[in-house]
Amino acid sequence: MTHPRAMDAVPPGSMPTDAMPAEAMPTDAMIEITDLQKSFGPHHVLKGISMTVPRRSVTAIIGPSGSGKSTLLRCINLLEEPSHGRVRVGRQSIEFGGKRSRLPSDRELAAFRTRTGMVFQHFNLFPHMTVLGNVTAGPVIVKRMRRAEANEIAMALLSKVGLAEKAQAYPQHLSGGQRQRVAIARALAMAPEVVLFDEVTSALDPELVGEVLDVVKQLAEEGMTMVLVTHEIAFAHEVASNVVFMSDGIIVESGPPAEVLEHPQNPRTQAFLGRFHSFIGSYGTPG
Amino acid sequence: MGYQWDFSFLWGYRWLILTGLGYTIAYTIGTILFGLIIGLATGLLRLSRSWWVNAPVIAYIEAFRCTPLLVQIVWFYYALPVVIGVDIPAHVAAGLVLSLYTGAFYAEIIRGGVNSIDRGQWDAARAIGMRRGQVMRNVILPQAFKRMIPPFMNQSIIQLKNTSLVSTIAVADLLYQGSIITAATYRPLEVYTMVAIIYFLVLFPMTLAAQAVERGLARAD
Repeated sequence: MTHPRAMDAVPPGSMPTDAMPAEAMPTDAMIEITDLQKSFGPHHVLKGISMTVPRRSVTAIIGPSGSGKSTLLRCINLLEEPSHGRVRVGRQSIEFGGKRSRLPSDRELAAFRTRTGMVFQHFNLFPHMTVLGNVTAGPVIVKRMRRAEANEIAMALLSKVGLAEKAQAYPQHLSGGQRQRVAIARALAMAPEVVLFDEVTSALDPELVGEVLDVVKQLAEEGMTMVLVTHEIAFAHEVASNVVFMSDGIIVESGPPAEVLEHPQNPRTQAFLGRFHSFIGSYGTPG
Repeated sequence: MGYQWDFSFLWGYRWLILTGLGYTIAYTIGTILFGLIIGLATGLLRLSRSWWVNAPVIAYIEAFRCTPLLVQIVWFYYALPVVIGVDIPAHVAAGLVLSLYTGAFYAEIIRGGVNSIDRGQWDAARAIGMRRGQVMRNVILPQAFKRMIPPFMNQSIIQLKNTSLVSTIAVADLLYQGSIITAATYRPLEVYTMVAIIYFLVLFPMTLAAQAVERGLARAD
């Protein structure tokens, strides 16, 4: 693993800037989240999250369901509007809930999201478009790219995920694993700086998980900055440079997988990981 | 003593009957088109998150859905001219009310169709940077239109039947011509039986067509 293994995700209120390793300096981070809070009505889902994701690194967010993992991910590309805090991706930064801040416009939000790809648990492919139509939708509609050029990019990406021969098929004729690989190609077609993966294998039959994880792993090796919410602890161990354990809307523990997954310090992390018998080893080969 | 049925005299009124049928079909098509424009506009406005946009649209939709069409026709013809001080000809009142009435139902069909699309479609489209309008045009509406077709066809079939109510304000539709012929011949049994049969002959094939379309769409899913 060549990725930086710095302590990149720091619990709120404990950000000793002088003690931060060089790799985690804000200038080097691709994603920087500061005191992020999100409430749905009276329900306080995120209670002050601060973390950074270095360029070309993979951060895995793990934790029990209902801990706010997916909400955090959806706040990074502003599919959910944070109630409070600051989100920076690349050079774009938006502040929420401050005195001077106003709600960003539809145009600003859309522009922000073009730099951040996202892949969903339930694929969310557009059923009325072919595979090629799905992958070219972003470039053609959002970037106003010429169709020929968009097709070329899309075909290259479909080859990369091993589905070039399915370009003219409709999503309903594909298996779950194939759909998810199309969804990854669709996200990559916008040439994002960051790709967010929201439990992308949770809706798949077990025998189809591997083909999707292989694509994610390949992207990691190419240096794509990625954040994944996942229940695949073994995969997180293998691919991630950072693991963040969340519970009840806060980051309980974070650090390199060797530390967080093998020697968790917090009792809550220990209890959570205790439920996975043997999480170390390759995701493809059990045991 | 049995009633002596005799439909033969109706032949003499064939042009009057055809004119009436022509009015009925013209009102149906015309008010479906106007209703569709009204329904599309109000149905999409209804999706706005702004209270100021929603409140008047909801008021319109519910006012027309929650009062009888016959009452609306009578009110627009007799009461509205008094309120605004302008005479409204019967054919204008009839066309206006029928369009607004069916438009209210179309608005709900359109809103329902759009809302029936999985939220994940919005997420995915917004995640690749589409703006609200782009999501609507490129992702949501193309899928929603398909789901709107069966309820739209049903509402349109009902609309043809509803046009018969304009006869109450002397618009010369099929039912009104029937009442004219009855007044001249004193044979309501034959006349209204014929009127019913003509409505059935027009609507039954349309109902079959609607069912065929519905089955076709179900298969395409």
